[in-house]
Amino acid sequence: MHGLVNRSIQCFLSDTYGAEVWTDVADGAALGFDRFEALLSYDDALTSRVLLSAADRLEKSVEVLLEDLGTYLVSNAGSDGLRRLLRFGGVSFVDFLHSLSELEDRVRLAMPDLAMPVLSIDDHANGHFTLNCQFEHAGFGPVIVGMLRAMADDYGALVVLHHQETDTGCDEIRIDLLDAGFSNGRSFALGVPAA
Amino acid sequence: MNATTDITNLSASALDRLMPMHLIVSPAGLVIRTGPTLAKLLPSSGAEGGDLFDLMEVVRPTRVCCIADLCADGGAALHLRLRDHPRTRFKGLAVQLPGSGGYLVNLSFGIAVADAVRDHTLTQSDFADTDLTVEMLYLIEAKTAVMNESRNLNLRLQSARIDAEEKAFTDTLTGLRNRRAMDHVLACLLGQGARFALMHLDLDYFKDVNDSFGHAAGDRVLQVVASVLIAETRSADTVARIGGDEFVIIFDRQEDPSALTAIAERIIERLEQPIAVSDRSCRISGSAGIVISTHYVSPTADLMLADADAALYASKHDGRGCVTLGEGLPAAASDRAKPSERSA
Repeated sequence: MHGLVNRSIQCFLSDTYGAEVWTDVADGAALGFDRFEALLSYDDALTSRVLLSAADRLEKSVEVLLEDLGTYLVSNAGSDGLRRLLRFGGVSFVDFLHSLSELEDRVRLAMPDLAMPVLSIDDHANGHFTLNCQFEHAGFGPVIVGMLRAMADDYGALVVLHHQETDTGCDEIRIDLLDAGFSNGRSFALGVPAA
Repeated sequence: MNATTDITNLSASALDRLMPMHLIVSPAGLVIRTGPTLAKLLPSSGAEGGDLFDLMEVVRPTRVCCIADLCADGGAALHLRLRDHPRTRFKGLAVQLPGSGGYLVNLSFGIAVADAVRDHTLTQSDFADTDLTVEMLYLIEAKTAVMNESRNLNLRLQSARIDAEEKAFTDTLTGLRNRRAMDHVLACLLGQGARFALMHLDLDYFKDVNDSFGHAAGDRVLQVVASVLIAETRSADTVARIGGDEFVIIFDRQEDPSALTAIAERIIERLEQPIAVSDRSCRISGSAGIVISTHYVSPTADLMLADADAALYASKHDGRGCVTLGEGLPAAASDRAKPSERSA
Protein backbone atom coordinates (compact mmCIF):
# COMPACT_ATOMS: atom_id res chain seq x y z
CA MET A 1 0.00 0.00 0.00
CA HIS A 2 1.23 3.46 -0.86
CA GLY A 3 2.90 5.28 2.03
CA LEU A 4 0.53 8.22 1.59
CA VAL A 5 -2.40 6.01 2.61
CA ASN A 6 -0.54 4.63 5.61
CA ARG A 7 0.77 8.04 6.62
CA SER A 8 -2.78 9.45 6.39
CA ILE A 9 -4.04 6.77 8.75
CA GLN A 10 -1.19 7.53 11.15
CA CYS A 11 -1.81 11.31 11.10
CA PHE A 12 -5.54 10.79 11.50
CA LEU A 13 -5.05 8.58 14.57
CA SER A 14 -2.42 10.72 16.27
CA ASP A 15 -4.10 14.06 15.51
CA THR A 16 -7.54 12.84 16.55
CA TYR A 17 -6.76 10.54 19.47
CA GLY A 18 -3.27 11.58 20.54
CA ALA A 19 0.27 10.38 19.96
CA GLU A 20 -0.07 7.75 22.70
CA VAL A 21 -2.95 6.07 20.91
CA TRP A 22 -0.89 5.98 17.72
CA THR A 23 2.00 4.39 19.62
CA ASP A 24 -0.39 1.76 21.04
CA VAL A 25 -1.79 1.08 17.57
CA ALA A 26 1.69 0.78 16.04
CA ASP A 27 2.72 -1.59 18.84
CA GLY A 28 -0.49 -3.59 18.46
CA ALA A 29 0.18 -3.94 14.73
CA ALA A 30 3.83 -4.96 15.44
CA LEU A 31 5.04 -2.39 12.93
CA GLY A 32 8.59 -2.26 14.27
CA PHE A 33 8.80 1.47 13.47
CA ASP A 34 6.86 4.49 14.60
CA ARG A 35 6.42 6.51 11.44
CA PHE A 36 5.13 5.82 7.94
CA GLU A 37 6.78 7.77 5.13
CA ALA A 38 4.32 9.22 2.64
CA LEU A 39 6.61 8.67 -0.33
CA LEU A 40 7.57 5.06 0.32
CA SER A 41 5.61 1.88 -0.26
CA TYR A 42 4.65 -0.68 2.34
CA ASP A 43 3.37 -4.22 2.41
CA ASP A 44 -0.44 -4.28 2.17
CA ALA A 45 -0.57 -6.47 5.26
CA LEU A 46 0.78 -3.60 7.39
CA THR A 47 -2.18 -1.39 6.51
CA SER A 48 -4.66 -4.10 7.45
CA ARG A 49 -2.85 -4.74 10.72
CA VAL A 50 -2.84 -1.03 11.60
CA LEU A 51 -6.57 -0.67 10.87
CA LEU A 52 -7.45 -3.76 12.93
CA SER A 53 -5.17 -2.64 15.74
CA ALA A 54 -6.77 0.84 15.73
CA ALA A 55 -10.30 -0.61 15.70
CA ASP A 56 -9.34 -2.79 18.65
CA ARG A 57 -7.67 0.02 20.60
CA LEU A 58 -10.50 2.52 20.00
CA GLU A 59 -13.33 -0.02 20.21
CA LYS A 60 -14.80 1.11 16.89
CA SER A 61 -15.44 -0.74 13.67
CA VAL A 62 -12.91 -0.39 10.86
CA GLU A 63 -15.74 1.03 8.73
CA VAL A 64 -16.46 3.85 11.18
CA LEU A 65 -12.77 4.62 11.49
CA LEU A 66 -12.37 4.82 7.71
CA GLU A 67 -15.32 7.19 7.37
CA ASP A 68 -13.83 9.41 10.09
CA LEU A 69 -10.50 9.23 8.25
CA GLY A 70 -12.19 10.51 5.08
CA THR A 71 -13.72 13.43 6.96
CA TYR A 72 -10.41 14.16 8.68
CA LEU A 73 -8.49 14.22 5.38
CA VAL A 74 -10.65 17.09 4.11
CA SER A 75 -11.44 19.02 7.25
CA ASN A 76 -8.55 18.66 9.70
CA ALA A 77 -7.34 22.04 10.88
CA GLY A 78 -3.66 21.23 10.54
CA SER A 79 -3.55 20.64 6.80
CA ASP A 80 -5.50 22.39 4.08
CA GLY A 81 -3.73 20.62 1.21
CA LEU A 82 -6.17 17.93 0.17
CA ARG A 83 -9.24 20.15 0.64
CA ARG A 84 -7.68 22.74 -1.65
CA LEU A 85 -6.76 20.19 -4.30
CA LEU A 86 -10.32 18.85 -4.27
CA ARG A 87 -11.79 22.36 -4.44
CA PHE A 88 -9.89 22.89 -7.69
CA GLY A 89 -12.44 20.44 -9.08
CA GLY A 90 -15.20 22.99 -9.40
CA VAL A 91 -16.98 26.13 -8.29
CA SER A 92 -20.02 24.34 -6.87
CA PHE A 93 -20.62 21.03 -5.11
CA VAL A 94 -22.25 19.69 -8.29
CA ASP A 95 -19.16 20.72 -10.32
CA PHE A 96 -17.07 18.99 -7.70
CA LEU A 97 -19.11 15.76 -7.96
CA HIS A 98 -18.63 15.76 -11.73
CA SER A 99 -14.90 16.38 -11.31
CA LEU A 100 -14.60 13.11 -9.35
CA SER A 101 -14.69 11.21 -12.66
CA GLU A 102 -11.33 12.76 -13.52
CA LEU A 103 -9.88 12.43 -10.00
CA GLU A 104 -7.77 9.50 -11.09
CA ASP A 105 -6.19 11.60 -13.87
CA ARG A 106 -5.63 14.50 -11.51
CA VAL A 107 -3.90 12.31 -8.94
CA ARG A 108 -1.79 10.66 -11.61
CA LEU A 109 -0.40 14.07 -12.62
CA ALA A 110 0.79 14.69 -9.07
CA MET A 111 1.70 11.18 -7.86
CA PRO A 112 1.86 8.64 -10.67
CA ASP A 113 2.48 5.72 -8.32
CA LEU A 114 -0.54 6.27 -6.08
CA ALA A 115 -3.25 3.76 -7.06
CA MET A 116 -6.58 5.57 -7.00
CA PRO A 117 -10.04 4.08 -7.06
CA VAL A 118 -11.82 4.39 -10.38
CA LEU A 119 -14.72 6.76 -9.69
CA SER A 120 -17.66 7.36 -11.96
CA ILE A 121 -20.57 9.65 -11.25
CA ASP A 122 -24.09 9.29 -12.62
CA ASP A 123 -26.25 12.41 -12.59
CA HIS A 124 -29.93 11.36 -12.29
CA ALA A 125 -31.09 15.02 -12.35
CA ASN A 126 -32.97 16.88 -9.61
CA GLY A 127 -29.99 16.63 -7.28
CA HIS A 128 -29.72 12.84 -7.31
CA PHE A 129 -26.37 11.26 -8.06
CA THR A 130 -24.74 7.87 -7.80
CA LEU A 131 -21.00 7.55 -7.33
CA ASN A 132 -19.45 4.18 -8.18
CA CYS A 133 -16.04 3.44 -6.71
CA GLN A 134 -13.86 0.55 -7.81
CA PHE A 135 -10.97 0.10 -5.41
CA GLU A 136 -7.84 -1.94 -5.91
CA HIS A 137 -8.23 -2.99 -2.27
CA ALA A 138 -11.81 -3.58 -1.16
CA GLY A 139 -13.21 -1.98 1.96
CA PHE A 140 -12.12 1.62 1.52
CA GLY A 141 -15.55 2.91 0.38
CA PRO A 142 -16.28 4.53 3.76
CA VAL A 143 -13.25 6.85 3.23
CA ILE A 144 -15.00 8.30 0.16
CA VAL A 145 -18.23 8.67 2.14
CA GLY A 146 -16.40 10.63 4.84
CA MET A 147 -14.66 12.83 2.27
CA LEU A 148 -17.92 13.54 0.42
CA ARG A 149 -19.62 14.55 3.67
CA ALA A 150 -16.77 16.92 4.52
CA MET A 151 -16.63 18.36 1.00
CA ALA A 152 -20.40 19.01 1.08
CA ASP A 153 -19.86 20.99 4.29
CA ASP A 154 -16.98 22.78 2.64
CA TYR A 155 -19.18 23.92 -0.24
CA GLY A 156 -22.06 24.69 2.13
CA ALA A 157 -24.24 21.99 0.56
CA LEU A 158 -26.75 19.84 2.46
CA VAL A 159 -26.60 16.22 1.30
CA VAL A 160 -27.79 12.79 2.35
CA LEU A 161 -25.46 9.89 1.57
CA HIS A 162 -26.22 6.17 1.33
CA HIS A 163 -23.38 3.74 0.97
CA GLN A 164 -23.58 0.10 -0.04
CA GLU A 165 -21.28 -2.51 -1.46
CA THR A 166 -22.52 -4.09 -4.66
CA ASP A 167 -22.38 -7.79 -5.49
CA THR A 168 -19.43 -7.11 -7.77
CA GLY A 169 -17.35 -5.69 -4.92
CA CYS A 170 -17.79 -2.05 -5.92
CA ASP A 171 -18.83 0.69 -3.55
CA GLU A 172 -21.98 2.53 -4.57
CA ILE A 173 -22.71 5.85 -2.90
CA ARG A 174 -26.08 7.52 -3.48
CA ILE A 175 -25.92 11.28 -3.06
CA ASP A 176 -29.09 13.31 -2.60
CA LEU A 177 -28.38 17.02 -2.75
CA LEU A 178 -31.12 18.68 -0.69
CA ASP A 179 -29.81 22.25 -0.70
CA ALA A 180 -26.73 23.44 -2.63
CA GLY A 181 -26.68 26.75 -0.72
CA PHE A 182 -27.52 25.44 2.75
CA SER A 183 -24.69 27.38 4.42
CA ASN A 184 -21.83 29.64 3.38
CA GLY A 185 -19.31 26.82 3.48
CA ARG A 186 -15.61 27.55 3.69
CA SER A 187 -13.95 30.12 1.48
CA PHE A 188 -11.60 29.01 -1.25
CA ALA A 189 -9.16 31.29 -3.05
CA LEU A 190 -7.37 29.92 -6.09
CA GLY A 191 -4.18 31.68 -5.15
CA VAL A 192 -2.13 30.53 -2.17
CA PRO A 193 -1.19 33.46 0.09
CA ALA A 194 2.54 34.17 -0.13
CA ALA A 195 4.37 32.36 2.65
CA MET B 1 -18.82 39.17 -45.12
CA ASN B 2 -17.95 35.58 -44.31
CA ALA B 3 -19.76 34.60 -41.13
CA THR B 4 -17.07 32.17 -40.02
CA THR B 5 -14.40 34.84 -39.84
CA ASP B 6 -16.39 37.83 -38.67
CA ILE B 7 -16.46 37.80 -34.88
CA THR B 8 -17.62 41.39 -34.53
CA ASN B 9 -21.14 40.02 -34.56
CA LEU B 10 -20.43 38.05 -31.38
CA SER B 11 -22.42 39.32 -28.44
CA ALA B 12 -20.42 41.04 -25.70
CA SER B 13 -21.35 38.32 -23.22
CA ALA B 14 -20.14 35.58 -25.59
CA LEU B 15 -16.84 37.42 -26.06
CA ASP B 16 -16.53 37.78 -22.27
CA ARG B 17 -17.07 34.07 -21.74
CA LEU B 18 -14.68 33.00 -24.46
CA MET B 19 -11.97 35.54 -23.66
CA PRO B 20 -12.46 37.07 -20.21
CA MET B 21 -9.07 38.80 -20.54
CA HIS B 22 -9.55 40.50 -23.88
CA LEU B 23 -9.25 44.15 -24.87
CA ILE B 24 -10.76 45.91 -27.82
CA VAL B 25 -8.63 48.83 -28.88
CA SER B 26 -9.51 51.61 -31.34
CA PRO B 27 -7.29 52.33 -34.38
CA ALA B 28 -5.94 55.25 -32.33
CA GLY B 29 -4.88 52.89 -29.53
CA LEU B 30 -7.62 53.79 -27.05
CA VAL B 31 -9.19 51.02 -24.99
CA ILE B 32 -12.81 50.57 -26.03
CA ARG B 33 -13.72 47.51 -24.00
CA THR B 34 -12.11 45.12 -21.49
CA GLY B 35 -13.11 41.56 -20.61
CA PRO B 36 -14.43 41.02 -17.05
CA THR B 37 -11.33 39.31 -15.63
CA LEU B 38 -8.96 41.86 -17.10
CA ALA B 39 -11.18 44.63 -15.72
CA LYS B 40 -10.45 43.29 -12.20
CA LEU B 41 -6.75 43.88 -12.77
CA LEU B 42 -7.04 47.43 -14.06
CA PRO B 43 -7.55 50.66 -12.11
CA SER B 44 -11.02 50.80 -10.53
CA SER B 45 -11.72 54.04 -12.39
CA GLY B 46 -11.86 51.87 -15.50
CA ALA B 47 -9.48 51.61 -18.37
CA GLU B 48 -11.96 52.32 -21.07
CA GLY B 49 -11.18 55.49 -23.04
CA GLY B 50 -7.54 55.45 -21.93
CA ASP B 51 -4.49 54.79 -24.08
CA LEU B 52 -3.42 51.13 -24.03
CA PHE B 53 0.25 52.11 -23.74
CA ASP B 54 -0.49 54.22 -20.64
CA LEU B 55 -1.93 51.11 -19.07
CA MET B 56 0.72 48.62 -20.11
CA GLU B 57 4.26 48.61 -21.34
CA VAL B 58 5.31 46.32 -24.15
CA VAL B 59 8.26 44.21 -23.02
CA ARG B 60 8.54 42.34 -26.32
CA PRO B 61 8.69 42.88 -29.21
CA THR B 62 10.90 45.91 -28.67
CA ARG B 63 10.44 49.20 -30.54
CA VAL B 64 6.66 49.08 -30.69
CA CYS B 65 5.49 52.62 -31.47
CA CYS B 66 1.82 52.31 -32.15
CA ILE B 67 -1.00 49.83 -31.86
CA ALA B 68 -0.57 48.69 -35.48
CA ASP B 69 2.95 47.46 -34.63
CA LEU B 70 1.42 44.89 -32.27
CA CYS B 71 -0.09 43.07 -35.22
CA ALA B 72 2.99 43.38 -37.41
CA ASP B 73 4.64 40.24 -38.76
CA GLY B 74 1.36 38.40 -38.73
CA GLY B 75 0.96 38.97 -35.00
CA ALA B 76 4.00 37.83 -33.03
CA ALA B 77 3.57 36.81 -29.37
CA LEU B 78 3.32 39.88 -27.16
CA HIS B 79 4.84 40.27 -23.71
CA LEU B 80 3.15 43.05 -21.79
CA ARG B 81 3.32 44.36 -18.26
CA LEU B 82 0.98 46.49 -16.18
CA ARG B 83 2.55 49.90 -15.51
CA ASP B 84 0.98 50.01 -12.03
CA HIS B 85 1.79 47.79 -9.07
CA PRO B 86 1.94 44.76 -8.99
CA ARG B 87 3.24 45.06 -12.55
CA THR B 88 1.54 41.84 -13.59
CA ARG B 89 2.99 40.26 -16.72
CA PHE B 90 0.92 38.97 -19.65
CA LYS B 91 1.33 37.01 -22.79
CA GLY B 92 -0.89 38.24 -25.55
CA LEU B 93 -1.92 38.14 -29.14
CA ALA B 94 -3.38 41.03 -31.14
CA VAL B 95 -5.45 40.79 -34.30
CA GLN B 96 -7.02 43.48 -36.42
CA LEU B 97 -10.81 43.48 -36.47
CA PRO B 98 -12.54 43.58 -39.80
CA GLY B 99 -14.47 46.65 -40.78
CA SER B 100 -13.83 49.21 -38.06
CA GLY B 101 -10.06 48.77 -38.18
CA GLY B 102 -9.86 48.33 -34.40
CA TYR B 103 -7.90 45.59 -32.66
CA LEU B 104 -8.76 42.62 -30.49
CA VAL B 105 -6.02 41.81 -27.97
CA ASN B 106 -6.35 38.60 -25.96
CA LEU B 107 -4.19 38.16 -22.86
CA SER B 108 -3.16 35.36 -20.51
CA PHE B 109 -0.83 35.23 -17.53
CA GLY B 110 1.78 32.89 -18.91
CA ILE B 111 4.29 31.47 -16.46
CA ALA B 112 3.57 34.08 -13.75
CA VAL B 113 0.02 32.74 -13.41
CA ALA B 114 0.24 31.73 -9.76
CA ASP B 115 1.44 35.17 -8.64
CA ALA B 116 -1.17 36.93 -10.74
CA VAL B 117 -4.04 34.82 -9.38
CA ARG B 118 -2.86 35.52 -5.84
CA ASP B 119 -2.20 39.24 -6.37
CA HIS B 120 -5.60 39.83 -7.93
CA THR B 121 -7.55 37.23 -5.87
CA LEU B 122 -9.03 35.64 -8.95
CA THR B 123 -11.42 32.67 -8.80
CA GLN B 124 -12.27 29.72 -11.01
CA SER B 125 -15.11 31.68 -12.63
CA ASP B 126 -12.63 34.33 -13.79
CA PHE B 127 -11.27 31.87 -16.33
CA ALA B 128 -12.86 30.44 -19.42
CA ASP B 129 -13.77 26.78 -19.03
CA THR B 130 -11.35 25.97 -21.84
CA ASP B 131 -8.50 27.74 -20.03
CA LEU B 132 -6.03 25.41 -18.30
CA THR B 133 -5.15 27.95 -15.59
CA VAL B 134 -7.06 26.12 -12.86
CA GLU B 135 -5.45 22.80 -13.81
CA MET B 136 -2.08 24.58 -13.81
CA LEU B 137 -2.66 25.94 -10.30
CA TYR B 138 -3.84 22.54 -9.13
CA LEU B 139 -0.69 20.99 -10.50
CA ILE B 140 1.58 23.60 -8.93
CA GLU B 141 0.00 23.02 -5.55
CA ALA B 142 0.00 19.24 -5.80
CA LYS B 143 3.61 19.11 -7.01
CA THR B 144 4.74 21.56 -4.33
CA ALA B 145 3.20 19.35 -1.66
CA VAL B 146 4.92 16.27 -3.07
CA MET B 147 8.24 18.10 -3.38
CA ASN B 148 8.05 19.32 0.22
CA GLU B 149 7.32 15.81 1.39
CA SER B 150 10.20 14.53 -0.73
CA ARG B 151 12.61 17.13 0.65
CA ASN B 152 11.64 16.29 4.22
CA LEU B 153 12.05 12.59 3.52
CA ASN B 154 15.50 13.22 2.05
CA LEU B 155 16.52 15.22 5.10
CA ARG B 156 15.37 12.43 7.38
CA LEU B 157 17.14 9.79 5.29
CA GLN B 158 20.30 11.87 5.18
CA SER B 159 20.38 12.29 8.93
CA ALA B 160 19.67 8.57 9.36
CA ARG B 161 22.59 7.81 7.03
CA ILE B 162 24.96 10.10 8.95
CA ASP B 163 23.74 8.46 12.13
CA ALA B 164 24.35 4.99 10.72
CA GLU B 165 27.79 5.98 9.46
CA GLU B 166 28.70 7.30 12.87
CA LYS B 167 27.61 4.04 14.40
CA ALA B 168 29.22 1.89 11.74
CA PHE B 169 31.95 -0.47 12.87
CA THR B 170 33.20 -1.54 9.49
CA ASP B 171 35.98 -0.17 7.30
CA THR B 172 34.28 0.01 3.91
CA LEU B 173 37.42 -0.59 1.83
CA THR B 174 38.68 -3.75 3.51
CA GLY B 175 35.63 -5.05 5.37
CA LEU B 176 37.76 -5.12 8.53
CA ARG B 177 36.62 -3.42 11.72
CA ASN B 178 37.34 0.31 11.94
CA ARG B 179 38.92 2.50 14.58
CA ARG B 180 35.59 2.98 16.37
CA ALA B 181 35.03 -0.78 16.56
CA MET B 182 38.54 -1.30 17.89
CA ASP B 183 38.04 1.33 20.61
CA HIS B 184 34.78 -0.36 21.52
CA VAL B 185 36.28 -3.87 21.74
CA LEU B 186 39.28 -2.59 23.70
CA ALA B 187 37.06 -0.79 26.20
CA CYS B 188 34.92 -3.92 26.64
CA LEU B 189 37.93 -6.20 27.22
CA LEU B 190 39.54 -3.78 29.66
CA GLY B 191 36.21 -3.36 31.45
CA GLN B 192 35.97 -7.15 31.88
CA GLY B 193 39.58 -7.38 33.05
CA ALA B 194 40.17 -9.80 30.16
CA ARG B 195 43.56 -11.21 29.21
CA PHE B 196 44.50 -10.27 25.68
CA ALA B 197 47.29 -8.99 23.45
CA LEU B 198 47.28 -5.99 21.13
CA MET B 199 49.37 -5.79 17.99
CA HIS B 200 49.93 -2.58 16.09
CA LEU B 201 50.92 -3.30 12.47
CA ASP B 202 52.12 -0.70 10.01
CA LEU B 203 52.81 -1.55 6.36
CA ASP B 204 56.30 -0.84 5.00
CA TYR B 205 56.85 0.50 1.46
CA PHE B 206 53.10 1.03 1.04
CA LYS B 207 53.64 4.66 0.11
CA ASP B 208 55.85 3.50 -2.77
CA VAL B 209 53.00 1.35 -4.11
CA ASN B 210 50.63 4.30 -4.01
CA ASP B 211 53.17 6.60 -5.62
CA SER B 212 54.26 4.34 -8.45
CA PHE B 213 51.14 2.24 -9.10
CA GLY B 214 48.37 4.65 -8.09
CA HIS B 215 45.71 4.61 -5.42
CA ALA B 216 43.63 1.87 -7.04
CA ALA B 217 46.62 -0.47 -6.70
CA GLY B 218 47.10 0.75 -3.13
CA ASP B 219 43.48 -0.10 -2.35
CA ARG B 220 43.93 -3.56 -3.87
CA VAL B 221 47.02 -4.14 -1.72
CA LEU B 222 45.10 -3.11 1.42
CA GLN B 223 42.42 -5.67 0.55
CA VAL B 224 45.03 -8.40 0.14
CA VAL B 225 46.57 -7.41 3.49
CA ALA B 226 43.13 -7.62 5.08
CA SER B 227 42.64 -11.15 3.76
CA VAL B 228 46.07 -12.18 5.12
CA LEU B 229 45.23 -10.76 8.56
CA ILE B 230 41.86 -12.54 8.62
CA ALA B 231 43.48 -15.82 7.51
CA GLU B 232 46.21 -15.65 10.17
CA THR B 233 43.90 -14.83 13.11
CA ARG B 234 41.04 -16.58 14.83
CA SER B 235 37.42 -15.51 14.58
CA ALA B 236 37.46 -14.39 18.22
CA ASP B 237 40.25 -11.91 17.44
CA THR B 238 39.53 -8.35 16.29
CA VAL B 239 41.28 -7.10 13.16
CA ALA B 240 40.86 -3.36 12.57
CA ARG B 241 42.18 -0.91 10.05
CA ILE B 242 42.68 2.23 12.07
CA GLY B 243 44.41 4.46 9.53
CA GLY B 244 45.66 4.51 5.93
CA ASP B 245 48.04 1.55 6.25
CA GLU B 246 47.82 0.98 9.99
CA PHE B 247 46.16 -2.04 11.54
CA VAL B 248 45.47 -3.19 15.08
CA ILE B 249 44.82 -6.81 15.97
CA ILE B 250 43.41 -7.70 19.36
CA PHE B 251 44.15 -11.32 20.27
CA ASP B 252 41.51 -12.64 22.61
CA ARG B 253 42.88 -14.70 25.57
CA GLN B 254 46.35 -14.83 24.06
CA GLU B 255 49.20 -13.77 26.33
CA ASP B 256 52.08 -15.98 25.28
CA PRO B 257 54.87 -13.72 23.95
CA SER B 258 56.49 -16.40 21.81
CA ALA B 259 53.18 -17.49 20.24
CA LEU B 260 52.36 -13.86 19.49
CA THR B 261 55.76 -13.22 18.01
CA ALA B 262 55.36 -16.32 15.81
CA ILE B 263 51.97 -15.13 14.56
CA ALA B 264 53.39 -11.68 13.78
CA GLU B 265 56.34 -13.16 11.92
CA ARG B 266 54.07 -15.39 9.89
CA ILE B 267 51.91 -12.40 8.98
CA ILE B 268 54.95 -10.35 7.93
CA GLU B 269 56.29 -13.25 5.91
CA ARG B 270 53.02 -13.49 4.01
CA LEU B 271 52.86 -9.70 3.50
CA GLU B 272 56.27 -9.88 1.87
CA GLN B 273 54.97 -12.22 -0.85
CA PRO B 274 54.59 -10.31 -4.14
CA ILE B 275 51.04 -9.00 -4.65
CA ALA B 276 49.75 -9.05 -8.23
CA VAL B 277 47.94 -5.89 -9.25
CA SER B 278 46.83 -5.78 -12.90
CA ASP B 279 49.82 -7.49 -14.58
CA ARG B 280 52.31 -5.98 -12.18
CA SER B 281 53.71 -7.13 -8.93
CA CYS B 282 53.92 -5.03 -5.77
CA ARG B 283 56.12 -5.76 -2.80
CA ILE B 284 55.47 -4.52 0.68
CA SER B 285 56.33 -5.59 4.17
CA GLY B 286 55.12 -4.78 7.66
CA SER B 287 56.44 -3.75 11.06
CA ALA B 288 54.69 -4.70 14.26
CA GLY B 289 54.63 -3.83 17.94
CA ILE B 290 52.90 -6.06 20.48
CA VAL B 291 51.75 -5.45 24.05
CA ILE B 292 50.06 -7.87 26.44
CA SER B 293 47.41 -6.83 28.95
CA THR B 294 48.73 -9.02 31.72
CA HIS B 295 52.01 -7.11 31.66
CA TYR B 296 50.20 -4.12 33.18
CA VAL B 297 49.06 -3.64 36.73
CA SER B 298 46.23 -1.42 35.53
CA PRO B 299 46.08 -1.46 31.75
CA THR B 300 44.29 1.30 29.89
CA ALA B 301 43.55 1.65 26.19
CA ASP B 302 45.68 4.78 25.83
CA LEU B 303 48.62 3.19 27.61
CA MET B 304 48.54 -0.05 25.66
CA LEU B 305 48.10 1.71 22.31
CA ALA B 306 50.96 4.12 23.09
CA ASP B 307 53.24 1.26 24.11
CA ALA B 308 52.31 -0.79 21.03
CA ASP B 309 53.03 2.28 18.94
CA ALA B 310 56.42 2.76 20.59
CA ALA B 311 57.24 -0.93 20.01
CA LEU B 312 56.18 -0.58 16.38
CA TYR B 313 58.53 2.35 15.88
CA ALA B 314 61.32 0.39 17.44
CA SER B 315 60.66 -2.25 14.75
CA LYS B 316 60.75 0.42 12.06
CA HIS B 317 63.96 1.75 13.55
CA ASP B 318 65.40 -1.76 13.40
CA GLY B 319 65.09 -1.88 9.66
CA ARG B 320 61.42 -2.73 9.10
CA GLY B 321 59.85 -6.12 8.54
CA CYS B 322 60.25 -7.08 12.17
CA VAL B 323 58.33 -7.51 15.42
CA THR B 324 58.95 -5.83 18.76
CA LEU B 325 57.37 -6.88 22.01
CA GLY B 326 56.70 -3.91 24.25
CA GLU B 327 56.65 -4.63 27.93
CA GLY B 328 54.01 -2.91 29.99
CA LEU B 329 54.89 -1.68 33.43
CA PRO B 330 52.71 -0.32 36.22
CA ALA B 331 50.96 2.84 35.12
CA ALA B 332 52.90 4.83 37.71
CA ALA B 333 56.29 3.93 36.25
CA SER B 334 57.75 6.67 34.14
CA ASP B 335 60.09 4.63 32.01
CA ARG B 336 57.47 2.28 30.60
CA ALA B 337 57.31 0.99 27.09
CA LYS B 338 60.92 0.29 26.51
CA PRO B 339 61.24 -2.50 24.01
CA SER B 340 62.77 -5.42 25.82
CA GLU B 341 62.73 -8.20 23.33
CA ARG B 342 63.18 -8.17 19.60
CA SER B 343 63.24 -10.67 16.88
CA ALA B 344 63.84 -10.06 13.25
